[in-house]
Amino acid sequence: MAATKDNVKIHVSHLKKNFGPLEVLKDVSIDIHEGEVVVILGPSGSGKSTFLRCLNRLEEITGGTVIVDGYDITDKRTDINKVRENVGMVFQLFNLFNNLDVMGNMTLAPTELKKASKEEARETAMRLLKRVGLADKADAYPAQLSGGQKQRVAIARALAMNPDIMLFDEPTSALDPEMVGEVLQVMQALAKEGMTMVVVTHEIGFAREVASRVIFMEGGYIVEEGTPDEVINHPKEQRTIDFLSKVL
Amino acid sequence: MLVTITTKYGPLLLEAMGQTLLLALCGLFFACILGLIFGLLSVLKSRICNIISTIFVDIIRGLPMIVLAFFVYFGVPQFVNDFFMPDGQRFTLSALQAGTVCLALNCGAYMAEIIRAGIQSVDRGQMEAARSLGLPYWKAMRKVVLPQAIRTMIPSIINQFIITLKDTSILSVIGFPELVNTAKNVQANTMRSLEVWFIVGVMYLIVITILSRVAKQLERRLNRGRD
Repeated sequence: MAATKDNVKIHVSHLKKNFGPLEVLKDVSIDIHEGEVVVILGPSGSGKSTFLRCLNRLEEITGGTVIVDGYDITDKRTDINKVRENVGMVFQLFNLFNNLDVMGNMTLAPTELKKASKEEARETAMRLLKRVGLADKADAYPAQLSGGQKQRVAIARALAMNPDIMLFDEPTSALDPEMVGEVLQVMQALAKEGMTMVVVTHEIGFAREVASRVIFMEGGYIVEEGTPDEVINHPKEQRTIDFLSKVL
Repeated sequence: MLVTITTKYGPLLLEAMGQTLLLALCGLFFACILGLIFGLLSVLKSRICNIISTIFVDIIRGLPMIVLAFFVYFGVPQFVNDFFMPDGQRFTLSALQAGTVCLALNCGAYMAEIIRAGIQSVDRGQMEAARSLGLPYWKAMRKVVLPQAIRTMIPSIINQFIITLKDTSILSVIGFPELVNTAKNVQANTMRSLEVWFIVGVMYLIVITILSRVAKQLERRLNRGRD
């Protein structure tokens, strides 16, 4: 691991997270490198979403160390907002800002955080909307979009901040089946361009095709990790085998 | 008789209605500020802030406004005079000042509750998404959460405004020359209860109906583009 330390994007060691008396993450350690697409699988309640949310400190971290882009985000003195500017996140329920149209959603953070002028932000937004195939929806409000369209806008909104890392928290779980494909396509294209991605999902097909590494989590631990072929096709741990037999 | 009283005392009553509106406006202005402060205190992640807000709301909600009015108008100046004023000088509050404080406190407590409920009705994911983009808490609150909260708060706020407008009548007890107080004098002069209180009732009705209509229009405009 030491040899690849220079391009480690996310370093997690002995991460713990409790909700009151409930230990959700018990001891999680992992290094994620630049350009990697890490897919996290696991049954619900295994802590995979909590793990993801610890990576940009949407959850307060109970113990251990998380270093993102060189910033120790477990250190209280770290300006977490600066780190978050560089780490995009996509949510299961999209969380588009309902009071703003698509363009407003995409330009709010870049302009408010002085990343771009209004003009530049609009240009970037249009370019990204074209990329996710929604250039004609710039003036629409979130309530006027389908689930798949909302999620593509949400991805574009995160990309508008020009992040180095993208986190995906079950991005297709709330979608109708016929809309899953369009979102996965956008994610796959992003992976091809070399974006560092951490994806919590139940889409085994996506994991198999796009992931550079698959992690299986259960009970607050990483149970097994390896290439998609190793973890999905030839799992070694009984708990991984049990889980995969249920979802495949 | 109704016509005679209306023509003779109409201008006086209209002026009193002006005073009622003035008092209501002053009270509402400060009530909005208090409501926003204590409403925000109650949604912050700090226990101390939450408790401060709860105490304020509980105290004010637990007091009839007439008690609050007497306390502010008579009690507070006495307190100041007893402990802070040098001999020979006297501190007093005008009825308008005391009335404004009462309305602001009373309405402010209810506004705080409306604002708290409004903010809490906005899905947590909205704040999370804004924070995940790097927006600081207050910016996310101002640009994303509050605009959505205000939409759901508007009907309750309008309702509270109307209640506060009507509550100004309670402040007749500290001698503020608003509509009810003035009407009592007119009644004493004319000895005609039925006509006087009928006129006063109609005046309240007209003003409040106009206000409700304007508010409905505002609400409709704010809701445009939603869903």
